[in-house]
Amino acid sequence: MTINETINQLIKEFNQFDDWMDKYNYLIEMGRSVPLIDETQKTDSNLITGCQSRVWLSSEYKDGIIYFTADSDAVITKGIAYLLIRVFSGHTPAEIIEAETTFLDQIGLKEHLSPTRSNGLLSMVKQIKMYAFAYQVKEKNS
Amino acid sequence: MIEISEAQIQAVRSDFPILSRNIYGKPLIYFDNAATTQKPKAVIDAISNYYLNDNANVHRGVHYLSQHATAAFEDVRRKVADFVHAGSASEIVFTRGATEAINLVAWAYGETFLDEGDEIIVSELEHHSNIVPWQVACERKKATLKVVGVTPEGEIDLEMLGRLISGRTKMVAVSHISNTLGTINPVAEIVNMAHASNVPVFIDGAQGLSHGPVNVQELGCDFYAFSAHKMYGPMGIGGLYGKRSWLEAMQPYQLGGEMIDRVTFEKTTFNEIPYKFEAGTPNVADVMGLAAAIDYLNMLGWDFIAARENDLLQYATTRLQQVEGVKIIGNAAHKAAIVSFLIEGIHYFDAGTILDHLGIAVRTGSHCTQPLMDSIGINGTLRASMAFYNTRYEIDVLIDGLNRVKALFA
Repeated sequence: MTINETINQLIKEFNQFDDWMDKYNYLIEMGRSVPLIDETQKTDSNLITGCQSRVWLSSEYKDGIIYFTADSDAVITKGIAYLLIRVFSGHTPAEIIEAETTFLDQIGLKEHLSPTRSNGLLSMVKQIKMYAFAYQVKEKNS
Repeated sequence: MIEISEAQIQAVRSDFPILSRNIYGKPLIYFDNAATTQKPKAVIDAISNYYLNDNANVHRGVHYLSQHATAAFEDVRRKVADFVHAGSASEIVFTRGATEAINLVAWAYGETFLDEGDEIIVSELEHHSNIVPWQVACERKKATLKVVGVTPEGEIDLEMLGRLISGRTKMVAVSHISNTLGTINPVAEIVNMAHASNVPVFIDGAQGLSHGPVNVQELGCDFYAFSAHKMYGPMGIGGLYGKRSWLEAMQPYQLGGEMIDRVTFEKTTFNEIPYKFEAGTPNVADVMGLAAAIDYLNMLGWDFIAARENDLLQYATTRLQQVEGVKIIGNAAHKAAIVSFLIEGIHYFDAGTILDHLGIAVRTGSHCTQPLMDSIGINGTLRASMAFYNTRYEIDVLIDGLNRVKALFA
């Protein structure tokens, strides 16, 4: 699935909820049920500190593809982190660099990416893009 | 304790236009008063009236509007002096808020009086604003920042303070009320202890001035800082009370117009206090708003405010204690209407996010007191900070919200 296809899929999934509570319930379920990051990867160097909740992001680069895993100490943040992983993990650096990051608006979770929320998610999106740039540079130089 | 009727509470609420708005289609329940209080219409009108009718730059203007604005501006300085019972209006410096007042003293006092090897004492429960300026002043002057600890109940350890005060101590800087725990610190006792060793005391009154009367002369403190926006006034204005002898001795903090006496390219001499510390055009409009806030508080009276806040604190504490899994952080004997708490097994960010969708504004996180959080061994809390316009009913809605949060994350 391309990044855009995953985004469309997410939008469809979230469109089935009229009520915000259902939306959060769905996020909470996702945040709960999905095993995200390997415990050994929950290191300080993988920690993105936000004022409110902490997010760990780890990346692996294999055969031209970047794989992300993440975790958070807050369940809602973890659910949204999982959405970001679904969108960005398993793609090439170029695809990730070009990808739009406005899809959380479309699923009604925009407030979680605003800089004022400082829950680490905006930093996580930035970090995902940074990894993509770094791996792209590394690829060109090798 | 005075009797207050439901009609009186509703009348006060109607003075605050924002309290009647909805959030996500639900009536706003505003429990973030320690971050900023809402503003009564009188304050909003005072600011708008200034720009509509009275706007002119203050001091040295020969024309009518300038003289009128100057007189009004200096009247407010006297009003603030009366409000905190300062001996003289010239001991009141207008600043952008408590943070700027702390920075002013940490820099100006530090430059004038702090030497290598000296010590400054702050407490563990301080807001970052009352830590970092002192920390950097100490770094600049090769002085040492000493920290007085907090008891498990959330009270400043006075015994430890007694041990920390030494011949090298140049300042004790503590808050009047903890913004995180609600603890009302024994500032009078702290002043007595410090003064016994000839050490001046700086009080961060950001949370202090909205909850009860302050008498700086009775307290005997050397400095007292406050923010208007935490006492129902506008943002961007606040002040510093400083004893005349200190203000006169301290170097100016910012330089520019207004604060000078005579300027030549060879040498500049500075204006007298308080103008020495007020470089540039002041925030006159918000000073007018601050005056309206003081008038409003005087009109309500401290008896009314104390009665409302005590009732809300007791009620919120009792109701929260009844919720299984809720733990109140900070159990000092004397508290303002600020309650920090955690729900077992549920992250404060998750809880705060759901409460927000129910129209309830609480604050989550470290509340700019990371060292305090570290000492307690937590990352943050949920904090409900109440004002006289809050109601028992709103606390009931908060408790219902917490029960929904618990069901959702169970």
